[in-house]
Amino acid sequence: MLGEGIIQGLVETARNFFGSYVETDRLTTVQYPEERLPLPEASRVFPFLLYDGSDPEAGLRCVACQICEKECPPRCIHIEKSKDKKPDFVGKQQFYPAVFDIDVSVCMSCQICVEVCPFDAIRMDDEFELSTTDRFGGLHWTKEQLSRPNEYYRTIHPTEAAETDERRVKELVDARAKAATAAAAAAAKAAQAPATGDTGNGATAPAQTGTVTSK
Amino acid sequence: MSGHVADLEPIVGPGDNGLGDIMEVSMGPHHPSTHGVFRMDVRLEGERVVRLKPVFGYLHRNHEKIAENGAYLSAIPYTDRLDYLCSMTNNWGYVLAVEKLAGIQVPERAEYIRVIVSELTRFQNHAGLVGFLLQDMGASGTPLMYAFREREKILDLFESLSGARMMCNYMRFGGLRVDASAAWLEEVRQVIAGLPRFIDEYEKLLRGNEILMARTQGVGVLPRELAINAGVTGPMLRASGVNYDVRKVDKYGIYDRFHFRVPLGEHGDVYDRYMMRVLEMRESLTILEQALRDIPAGPIIDPKTRLRGLRPKAGEAYGRIESPKGELGFFLISDGSTNPYRYRVRPPSMINLTILEDMCLGENIADTVIILGSVDIVLGEVDR
Repeated sequence: MLGEGIIQGLVETARNFFGSYVETDRLTTVQYPEERLPLPEASRVFPFLLYDGSDPEAGLRCVACQICEKECPPRCIHIEKSKDKKPDFVGKQQFYPAVFDIDVSVCMSCQICVEVCPFDAIRMDDEFELSTTDRFGGLHWTKEQLSRPNEYYRTIHPTEAAETDERRVKELVDARAKAATAAAAAAAKAAQAPATGDTGNGATAPAQTGTVTSK
Repeated sequence: MSGHVADLEPIVGPGDNGLGDIMEVSMGPHHPSTHGVFRMDVRLEGERVVRLKPVFGYLHRNHEKIAENGAYLSAIPYTDRLDYLCSMTNNWGYVLAVEKLAGIQVPERAEYIRVIVSELTRFQNHAGLVGFLLQDMGASGTPLMYAFREREKILDLFESLSGARMMCNYMRFGGLRVDASAAWLEEVRQVIAGLPRFIDEYEKLLRGNEILMARTQGVGVLPRELAINAGVTGPMLRASGVNYDVRKVDKYGIYDRFHFRVPLGEHGDVYDRYMMRVLEMRESLTILEQALRDIPAGPIIDPKTRLRGLRPKAGEAYGRIESPKGELGFFLISDGSTNPYRYRVRPPSMINLTILEDMCLGENIADTVIILGSVDIVLGEVDR
């Protein structure tokens, strides 16, 4: 019968319309600003820099190795290395970024900076409501704007953060153990040859532990 | 490709053939039926098309040269943006080429997850395409919204796996970026369990619709020989009755382990191309079921694979896959340095678009819109 196909289609539309009152599967709309869906844990938007403790300057994990700057596909990261050094979480003297800027209008949220970072210093944020009326300064984020504490990372990506923390605790324990054995060896050496000036040995010992931990 | 109407040969004046005036219309680049920034320079005799020139390049962004100037790793997020509806299959095409070039082996589990995400991609692409095609025909909104409702479920899966709905950046040469958890695989099982009902409803909605039949059957016929000669691939080629599917022909990855059928059309008209998508969605679900049943445990990437600073030996490789739109190929030449010497994409959308004129000649102007819709183009891939 001519028109049968059209009627069948309308029955289907009606089923979806009335079904949306009873089946959540058929009603998927969310009234966004009032209602919000939870983001998946893996969700990523733009990168941020992590710091340990409460001081974003002293605890910043980034050592300005500039790997992310080189690997970033659209080259949206700009880093300037510091002249002096500060101790990192295992106590080794490291450079830090004097300037660390990300142009988020260029960033394409690919996460390659996170993958290549050997220091667990850069991670992806899940903050997506980032509209601004200033299209130049507002989308050019500096080190101060990018720094976030580790606690924040634990709240947005708990599983990933737990893995990272575990690895870093292990690194710290290893570094301390190595430093202890190196110090013991140095002390034993100093005890064997007390006549050859133990002050010199004492001064070189910390530097040696530093080179061991970096390998 | 000539860019302007003025470049074509002069218009036949009125009265000398008794057919009246010929009108030139520039459809696009800002026309809703063109699905992006694409222009068709059409010459009309009344409502009939006598000449059609596809004009593209409005979305050109130097994809190939950007990839040649970056490391092998940094090209992967750019491939997401080729056919921006199917980032997973684009990733696969590229990493397959790099794996061939550098001789990298892929672990078993990674191959299975690649198949799972690719077939999910195929499903959501075809669902979206059918929605858009029906929208072009005047079924405003409803079928498209139903398609997008299901597509959203798949995009949610992608987001919880890779972190992004569309720009997944998920595959790496030698494997994958992150592993799929058992919970994620369970979620996929739940989602695909609900999809057959969606296809049934979708078919009931418009399959027997008299208006749809009248507008699609016998319209935009692509003969078998022309399809082969023009290098058309994918569902378009199969709608013309040619049994050619890279998954069957090349058996890349682990596609030789799955049982699935390749649907074939008879007439090569818009209706066949529409049905081809619907049937392929069903076949994708069979592959998904088999892959989810057989997926082994194990690593997803060889830890010795060098992602950063990969230097393949000098040589060349061509990796090709069956993307939802056709044969997507990546041709790479290495000179032994950290970035490819030449990087070339074989975009199925663009090559399928080159025979648009042959399909549209003699049809009504309103039908060019649905013929274009049945080609399934994404301008990100056409223009690169």
